Amino acid sequence: MNTLIFRTIAPLLTAVMLVFSVFVLLRGHNEPGGGFIGGLIAASAMAIYGMAVGPGAARTALKAHPLVLAGFGVSLAALAGVLSLAFDVPFLTGLWTIFRFGEGEVAISTPMVFDIGVYFAVLGTVSAVALALEDEEGEV
Amino acid sequence: MEATPDIAIALVVLLPFVAAALAPLVHRLIGDFAGWVVALAPPAGFVALWGLIGRVSEGEAIAVAWPWAPSLGLELSFLVDGLSLTFALAIAGIGALILLYSGAYLKGHRQGRFLGFMLAFMGAMQGLVLADNLVALYLFWELTSIASFLLIGFDHTRQAARRAAIQALVVTGVGGLALLAAGVVIHNLSGAWELSVAGDLKGSVAYPLLVGLTLLAAFTKSAQLPFHFWLPNAMEAPTPVSAYLHSATMVQGGVYLVARMTPHLGGEPIWNTTLMVFGGATLLWGAVAALRQTDMKLMLAQTTVASLGLLMLLLGAGTELAVTAAVLYFISHALYKAGLFLVAGAIDHGTGTRDIMALGGLRDPMTVTFIGTIMASAAMFGVPPLLAFFAKEEMYAALTLGQFQSLLALLALVIGNALLGAIGLVLLVKPFMGPLLPTPIAAHEAPVAMLVGPIVLGALGIFLGFVTTLTGELSVAPATAAILGVGVETHLRLGIDFLGLPFWLSVVTWALAIGLYMRLDVARTFLRRVASGTGWSFDRGFDWVYFGIVRFGAGVTRLLHHGRLEFYLLVVFVALAVAAIEPLWLMGGLPGGPGAVDLRFYEWGVVLLAVVGVATVVYARSRLFAILALGVQGVAVAMLYLLFGAPDLSFTQFMVEILSVVILALVMTRLDLVTADPRPLEDWARDGAVALFGGIAVTGLLWAVIEGPFDPRLAAFFDANSVLAAHGHNVVNVILVDFRGLDTLGEISVVMTAGIAILALIRGARRPKPAVAKPVPEVTTEPKPRPRRTRKVAA
Repeated sequence: MNTLIFRTIAPLLTAVMLVFSVFVLLRGHNEPGGGFIGGLIAASAMAIYGMAVGPGAARTALKAHPLVLAGFGVSLAALAGVLSLAFDVPFLTGLWTIFRFGEGEVAISTPMVFDIGVYFAVLGTVSAVALALEDEEGEV
Repeated sequence: MEATPDIAIALVVLLPFVAAALAPLVHRLIGDFAGWVVALAPPAGFVALWGLIGRVSEGEAIAVAWPWAPSLGLELSFLVDGLSLTFALAIAGIGALILLYSGAYLKGHRQGRFLGFMLAFMGAMQGLVLADNLVALYLFWELTSIASFLLIGFDHTRQAARRAAIQALVVTGVGGLALLAAGVVIHNLSGAWELSVAGDLKGSVAYPLLVGLTLLAAFTKSAQLPFHFWLPNAMEAPTPVSAYLHSATMVQGGVYLVARMTPHLGGEPIWNTTLMVFGGATLLWGAVAALRQTDMKLMLAQTTVASLGLLMLLLGAGTELAVTAAVLYFISHALYKAGLFLVAGAIDHGTGTRDIMALGGLRDPMTVTFIGTIMASAAMFGVPPLLAFFAKEEMYAALTLGQFQSLLALLALVIGNALLGAIGLVLLVKPFMGPLLPTPIAAHEAPVAMLVGPIVLGALGIFLGFVTTLTGELSVAPATAAILGVGVETHLRLGIDFLGLPFWLSVVTWALAIGLYMRLDVARTFLRRVASGTGWSFDRGFDWVYFGIVRFGAGVTRLLHHGRLEFYLLVVFVALAVAAIEPLWLMGGLPGGPGAVDLRFYEWGVVLLAVVGVATVVYARSRLFAILALGVQGVAVAMLYLLFGAPDLSFTQFMVEILSVVILALVMTRLDLVTADPRPLEDWARDGAVALFGGIAVTGLLWAVIEGPFDPRLAAFFDANSVLAAHGHNVVNVILVDFRGLDTLGEISVVMTAGIAILALIRGARRPKPAVAKPVPEVTTEPKPRPRRTRKVAA
C-alpha cells in the first residue's frame, strides 16, 4: 500500500476529507452529520495521511499531540455547558445567538460549540490510536 | 466588642482557614516571627466568641444559617449554646498559645506549612463544635481527621510517623463514616438536617442503631477502648500538635459528640451503661498504661486516654451533677494537659531528651518551665483551690448518690484519679528535683514564646478555681443545661466542705496517689513484665486487621483481575447474553418468532451480503481476511440503516466499519500474530457456543422489542421540540448535543480515556523492544519492516 500513487494522492485526499469533515460537522444540526461522524472522517483522513507520509509527519502536521486535541475537545464541550451557568440556567442548556447578514443568517450556539468539542475528542482519540499503531519504532 | 452573631461565627470558623492559606506566605515574608503573626487569628475568634457569652449564659442558643445547597434543603447552620461555646473558647484560647509556641518550637522546620496545617485543624475543630447542620458536622469531623493526619505525619520521612498518621486516619475515618450514617438516620427520623430541631429520638425503632453509630464515631475519635491505640501512637507528631490534639481538640470531638447527642439519645439504659462501662474501662486502662511509660509524651498520651474515659463515664452517668463535673473536668483537663505537653516539649527542646529516668534537677536551669509544671501537675493531682479540685469534688459528689452501678463507677474514678495523680507527681518530681543529670544538650531555658503557654494555662487553671462561681455561671451551667436540655442553676462556689464525703474521697485519692508514687518503680517493672508476657497489643491487632484487609483486597483483585484476556471477554459476553435473555425467559416475554418478512429484492440482497460476510468471518483461514469480511458485514448493516431511513446512523456506521478494519489490520501487522487460528478444538467449541448464545440472546431481545407495541411518546416529543426548543432539524444530532448533552459529554470523556489507555498499552508493549540489541543504528526507518510483515500476513 506504500505505492507512489498512494503517496501522491493521499495528501490531496486528506485535504478533501478534512474539509468535508468540517462541512459534515457544521451541517449536523439540521442535516445528517455532526461532530461524531465529522471527527471520524477527520480521523480517517489523518490515518490515510499517516500511512502515506509516516506517522511522525502526520503528527507534525497536526501541530499538537492527538491526545491534546482530544483533551481540548472534551474541555471545550464541558466549557460549552459551563457557559450556561453564567446565564443562571442549568448546566448544558443551549444558548443561541443569531447574526444576520442581509439575506442570510448565521446561528452561533453552545450546542454548536459542544459539537465542535465532540469533533475534536473523536478526531484526537481515534487518530492517536491509529497513528500509534502505524508507528513502528518512534514515539507514541 | 459586640459583634453580631453571624459575623462572629463566620470569623471563628473561617478565619483559621484563611490564615491557614496565608501562613506559608507569611512565613516566607517575615520568617521565624510568623508564629507571632498567625497566632493573632485565634484570639480574634476568641474575642468574637466572648462577645456572645453574655447572651449564651442567660440560656439563649444563638443560631445562624447561610444558604448552602437550597435544592437539597441544606443550610450551613451553626448553633452557639453553652456547650459549643465552652468548647469553642477552649479551642481558640489554647490554640493561640500553641501557635505561638510552635513558632519557636519548629524554628526552620517547614514552619509555614506546619502553621497552615495547625490553623486548618483549628478551623475544622471550631466548625465541628459550632455546626448545627448534620452534614456540616460530618464535614468538619472529617476535616479534623484529615488535618490531624497531616499533622501526625508531619515528619513524613520517618516510617513511624507515617504509620501513626495512617492509623489515626483509618480509625477515626471509620468513626466518621458511622457519624455520616447516624446523620442520615437522624434526618430520616426527624426530617430535619439541623440537630437542634431533631428532638427526642429515643422512641424510634432505629434507636439502638443510632446509639451504636454515634458511640462508634465518638469512641474512635476519643480513643476509647478498644480503639485507644491510635492516640499514643499519634505522639509521633511534633509536640505542639500533641498538646493541641490532646487538650481541646480532636480527641475531645468524641466527647463533644456524646454531649451534643445526650438530649436526643441519652437517658436510656443502653446509652448510659455502654458509656459508663467503656468509659470506666478506658479510664483504668489508660491510667495503668501511663505508669508503664518513662517517655514524658507517652505518659501524657496514656493519661489522655484515661481522662477521655473519665469524661465518657461522667457523661454516661448523666445526672446533673455528673454532667457539671464533666464540663468542669473538660475545662481543667484542657488547661493542664496542654500545659504539660508544652512543658514536655520545652524540656525536650532544652535538654534533648524526654525520658524521665534521664532527667533530674532541672529546677535551676529551667525555672520558668518548672513553675509552669508545678501549676499543671497540681491540677492533675487535684489540689484545692484549683479548678481541677472542684471538678473532682463534683464527680465524687455525683456518684455517691447512686446505687450499686454508680458505686462501681465511683471506685473506678477514685482509682483512676489516684493513678493520674501519681503520674502528675512523677512528671513534677522526676525531671525537676534531685541532682542535675547530664543530658544530650546542656539544659537551658526555652525561648519566651514557648514559656507563655505553660504559664498562662497554669495561671488560668488557678484563676478559674478562685472564680468558681463566675465560671459556673458563664460556662459550666449553660453547657450543662445544653447537654441535659433543661435549665440548670449553678451551685458552684469557692469553698471546701470538710465534712462531706467527696472531700474525704479526695483525701483517699491523694493518699493512694502518693503511695503509688512511692512504689512506682515496682509497679512499672511489674506492668512491663505483664505487657511483654502477653505479647499481644491492640496496636498489633490493628495491624492484623489492616493488613488482613489489604491481603483480602489483593486476593479479590487477583481473582477478578487475572490478566487473561480471553476470560475477560468470555465473562463479558456470557453476562451480556444472560442479561439480555434471562428477564424475558423468566417473565414469559420470549418472542414468538418472525412473522411475515416483507422485503424488496435489493433489501434481500443486502441481507445476503451481511450473511455472507459473517459466514466468511467464521470460515476465513487468515485473520486479515476475517477482518475484511467483518467489514463487509458491517457495511451491509450500514446499508440496511440507510434503506430503512436512518441516514445519520448509517453514515456513522460506515465510518466506524472502515476505521475498525483499518485499525484491526494495523493491530494485526503490529502484533505479529500468527495468521491462522491457533485455538485447540475445545476452546474453539467453547467460544463458538458463547458466540451463538450471545447472538441468539441479542436477537431474541430485539425481536421481543419489535413485537411489543411501539410507544411513540419519545419520538413525538423530540419531533415536536427539536426545532422549537433546540433550533435543529436533525433530531439525532439535537438529542446528542442538546437534549442528552450530558450523556455525550460523559461519552466523549470515556472515548478520550480509552484512547489514553490504548496508547499506554501500545507504549507498554513496545517498551521491552529497545532492550534487544540492535545491530546497526537506524539510518532510515521508512521502508524496511512493513513489506516483511505484509508478506507474512498474506501467507
